[in-house]
Amino acid sequence: MATNPKPKTAERLSAAARGEIDRWTAKFPPERRRAALLAALTIVQRENGGWLTPELMEAVADYLDVPPVAVEEVATFYSLYDLAPVGRHKLYVCNSISCWLCGSERLLRHLEQRLGIKAGETTPDGRFTLKQVECLAACGGAPAMMVGGEYHENLTPEKVDTLLARLK
Amino acid sequence: MSANEKAVVPPASDTVTIEVDGRKLQAKKGSMVIQATDAAGIYIPRFCYHAKLPIAANCRMCLVEVEKAPKPMPACATPVAEGMKVFTRSEKARESQKAVMEFLLLNHPLDCPICDQGGECPLQDQALGYGKDDSRYDEAKRVVPDKDIGPLIATFMTRCIHCTRCVRFGQELAGVMEFGALGRGEHTEIRTFLDRSVNSEISGNVIDICPVGALTSKPFQYKARPWELDHHASIAPHDCVGSNIDVQTLRGKVMRVLPRVNESINECWLSDRDRFSYEALNSEERLRVPMIRRNGQWEEVDWRTALDFTVQGLRNVVERHGPDALGALASPIATLEEFYLLAKLVRALGSNNVDHRLRQLDFSDDDRAPLYPALGLTIPELETLDAVLLIGANPRKDQPLLGLRLRKAARRGAAVMAINPLDYDFTHRLAAQVIGKPEEMYAAAAEVVKALGQMGHTAVGEASWIDALSPRPEAERIAQALMQANKKAVLLGPFALGHPQAAGLRAAAQRIAARANATLGVLAEGNSAGAWVAGCVPHRGPLGQPADRGRDTVAMLNEPRKAYLLYGVDPELDVLDGALAAKAMEAAEFVVMASSFKPSVYRSGAIGYAHVLLPLAPFAETAGSFVNTEGRVQRFEAAVKLYGEARPGWKILRVLGDLLGAAGFQYGSLDEVRAELGVPSLFKPTALEAGGAAAPLHTPLADGQLYRIAEVPLYAVDPLVRRAPALQDTADNPRPAARMNASDIKRLNLEPGAAVVVRTVMGEARLQVQTDARVPEGCVLIAAGYPETAMLGAHGPASVVRT
Ligand code: SF4
Ligand code: FES
Ligand code: FES
Repeated sequence: MATNPKPKTAERLSAAARGEIDRWTAKFPPERRRAALLAALTIVQRENGGWLTPELMEAVADYLDVPPVAVEEVATFYSLYDLAPVGRHKLYVCNSISCWLCGSERLLRHLEQRLGIKAGETTPDGRFTLKQVECLAACGGAPAMMVGGEYHENLTPEKVDTLLARLK
Repeated sequence: MSANEKAVVPPASDTVTIEVDGRKLQAKKGSMVIQATDAAGIYIPRFCYHAKLPIAANCRMCLVEVEKAPKPMPACATPVAEGMKVFTRSEKARESQKAVMEFLLLNHPLDCPICDQGGECPLQDQALGYGKDDSRYDEAKRVVPDKDIGPLIATFMTRCIHCTRCVRFGQELAGVMEFGALGRGEHTEIRTFLDRSVNSEISGNVIDICPVGALTSKPFQYKARPWELDHHASIAPHDCVGSNIDVQTLRGKVMRVLPRVNESINECWLSDRDRFSYEALNSEERLRVPMIRRNGQWEEVDWRTALDFTVQGLRNVVERHGPDALGALASPIATLEEFYLLAKLVRALGSNNVDHRLRQLDFSDDDRAPLYPALGLTIPELETLDAVLLIGANPRKDQPLLGLRLRKAARRGAAVMAINPLDYDFTHRLAAQVIGKPEEMYAAAAEVVKALGQMGHTAVGEASWIDALSPRPEAERIAQALMQANKKAVLLGPFALGHPQAAGLRAAAQRIAARANATLGVLAEGNSAGAWVAGCVPHRGPLGQPADRGRDTVAMLNEPRKAYLLYGVDPELDVLDGALAAKAMEAAEFVVMASSFKPSVYRSGAIGYAHVLLPLAPFAETAGSFVNTEGRVQRFEAAVKLYGEARPGWKILRVLGDLLGAAGFQYGSLDEVRAELGVPSLFKPTALEAGGAAAPLHTPLADGQLYRIAEVPLYAVDPLVRRAPALQDTADNPRPAARMNASDIKRLNLEPGAAVVVRTVMGEARLQVQTDARVPEGCVLIAAGYPETAMLGAHGPASVVRT
C-alpha cells in the first residue's frame, strides 16, 4: 500500500534460520527465491517449537519476496505445517487411500481413545498433538504414521502403544 | 474484400482449422478452444476463465467433447489443433456440464433472492442454461464466515465457488496478491492474509469479475436490483484517462458506476476512484439552492436573485477597480464546454485572469507549452514501451489504469525508471530510481541530460550549470537504459507539474526526450487537457490562440484580486498552496462560488468569505465533454436529473454572460457551444518547445528544519472524491500526518504517534508523527488537499516540534 509502506519484517527470523534458508535459495535463480518456501517454512516451524505464527509467515514472505497471503496459502495447504501451538510429539496419521484400506481409521480411533483427544487436538499435558495428514508416500507400509520426522509403518494398535510409551 | 477473394487467401501459417459443432473455424495456433469459440460467437459456459486473466482451469464448467479424446476436455485449457473436432452441446458435453454444475452448487447457498448478484449472476444464469433442475446432495452445506475486507467490497464467502479469478486479478493485474486460496479441498477459503483489508487502488474490479455474489459492492449493498437500473453511458472525470463508465440509476438517483468496455482506454476495468466517487453525488453536503450573503447573513434565494446579485457584485468590482481585479479559478474536473464558457465570460469582462492549474507553482514556460498536456501516445501503446522514465509520477495511484498498462510493459521487460519525491511502492521492478526532494529531482533530471550528452552526443548549448554536473550512477543508468531501448517515453506526472521549478524540470525532460528520441508525455489532472484547448489558461484563448497574458493561479493569489469567480473549487483544498488561496479569498470584496456542495466549516472558510453560492451540476447531472490525455474528446449526456435547483454549468455561464451584457452568449444548446469552439474528435498533440532550464534554486533549511513535501493523495484530488465516504475510509486515505523516515524521527527525538506542531512560513498544523520509509532523508511528507494541512501552504521548509 502506498501510504503505509509495508514494514520490513524479515528481521523476525533468527540469523540461524536465515542462514539455513539461504542454503536453499542458493539452489535457485535469484528471482525465484519463492522456490525455497516449503523449506523455509519447515525451518522456521521447527525453530518455533513446531508451529508457525502469522508474524513468522509474514517474515518468511518478506525474506523470500513473496506476498504474505501466498505464504499462508502454502502453510494452510500442507498438513505438515501447524498454525497453532503443538505438543512435544506430533503424531501424523495418514488418512489417504492405501492407509485407509489398511485400517488407518481404526488406528486413529485407538489413538484418540488412548490420548483422550480428537484428531487436530493436543493433550492437556502438552505431550502429544494428534493429526490426520494426507498420503505420507509410504503406501507400501500402510497404515503409516509420521512422528517427529520419522516413519512408522505397518502399524497396529499394539505397535502404536509401544511407540507411545517410548515418547516422553 | 469479397467473399470470393477471401476464399483464395490461404490460411495464414499461424492458424489452424478446427470444427466446432460442425462449423469450421480458424484459430490461432496455441490458442485455447474457448478463445476460438468466443471469437466465433459460440458460447461455452465458464467460471474461472476470463479473457484478461491467466488460465487456471479449475472450475471445469467449460467441459466439451473432443473427438478421439477419451474424456471431456476443458475448453479453456485445451489448445486447438489442426482438424480437431469439438462438440459443445453433444450429449456427452451436456452431461459433463450438468455434472460439474451439480458439484458447484453442492455448497452454494440458495440465497439468490437476497443476493446482490442476483439478476447479473453467471452462476444463476449458467445453472439455468446448463444445470440440472435438482440435486442429489441433501447433506448440510458448508458455511464460510464473511470477512470485513475494507469499505469497498462486501463479502459473502459461503457463495464462493473458488474460481480464483479474484486471486489471479491481484497477482497478475493489480500487481499485489491480496486474496489467496487458503486451506485445501473442502476447507478451501478465499481470504486475505490475516483477513486484512484489500487496499488495491483498482480493487473494485473483483466485484465485476467474481462470477457469484461472494464479492459485491459494499456501498451498493441492498440498494437496488440490477434489472431495475437504468444505464447511462458516461465518462469518468477524476483522472486524465477518461474511463468509459456506465452510470446506473434508479428513480433519478445514481446507484452505482460500472465500467463500459473500451479496449483502447480502460479495457474492462475501472479505478476505485472512478467506481465509487458517485457516492458524493448523493452526499448530504450537496448545495440545493442558490444562496447569497447580504449584510453578513446567508439566505436561500431564487436563481434570478442570485444571478442579479452576482452580476451586480462583479460589475461593481470591475467598474471600481478595473477588469484585472477579477480572477477566475476552475476545477480541473469541469467539462470542456464549461472551461470554454468560463474563459469567454472572464475575457468578455476584459480580464485574462483565468486558470485551472490550481496545483501548479511555476508558470514561467507557459509560452512554450504545447496545445495541451498530452501523453503523446495512445493508452495501449504504453504497454509496448521498452523504457519509461517517470518524473514526479506515480501512475499506480494517480492514474491507476495507466499504472496497469505500465505494469504490463514492465512485465514484458520494459525498463521503468523514476525520478520521484518518494520511494513509491510500484507493482513492478524499477530499472533505476532517484528519490529526493524537488530540487534533488531537478538536479537528477539535469544529470540525465548531461549523461545523455556524454554518450556520444555533443553537449550543444546546455546551460553551464548542466555542463558542470557529474551525473550520479543512477542518472547514468537511466540515460543508458533510454538510449538502448527501442520505444521509449519520458512522462511527467502531477507532482512534476506542481514542482516549484516545474518549467526547468519540464525543459530538462524535454531535452532527455529529444536526446534519447523518446516521446515526452504529460499526465495532468482530470480534464486539464480540455481546459487547455478551451482556453481556460491565462495566456491562450481557445485552441491555443494567443491571448493577452493574464494572471495565472499563483499570480491571482499572490496579489489578491478584488473579486473571484470560483468554479467547482474548494480553494483551501484544490489549490496546492491552500493557505495562500484562503488569504486571498478573505481579502477579496466579492467571491462567487459555483459549487456542487455547501461549504462546510470543516473544509473551508468559504462561509466567511464567499458572497454567492450557485448550485452547480456535477458530471452525472450535466452533459459535456472530457478530453483525455490522448487528446480524445469524449462526450456524455446527463445520467440523472438535477439535484434540487442545481443547474448545468454551461447554462449558468450562459445566463451570467447574458446578464453581464457580454456578446455571443445566446446559445440554444451545448452543440452550439461546441460548434463555436470547433471540437474535433481528437486533438492532435503538439510538442513542448525547447527552452532554457533555469539554474536549480536551493531552499536553505534552518537548523532543525525539514523540507515539507506536499503531495496530494488519490482520494483528496477533487471535491467529489473528497466527499465520497467509502473512498475516504480506505487505507489509501489515512489521516494526514507528519510522515518521516525512521532516522529523521530519531534525529528529532520524536517517536511514531507523537503529537507535533508543524510550522511553515504560511501557517501551522497539528499532526501526529508517522514512520514512512518512502520519505527521503531530511524531508517530511504532509499530504495536501486536507483541511488539517491546508494552512501549511505548498512545499518548503517546515519545523516539526513536539507539542
Ligand atoms: S470470491 Fe468470487 S472471484 Fe474469488 S474465487 Fe470466489 S467465486 Fe471466484
Ligand atoms: S496412503 Fe498413507 S502413505 Fe500413502
Ligand atoms: S472455465 Fe475452463 S475450467 Fe473453468
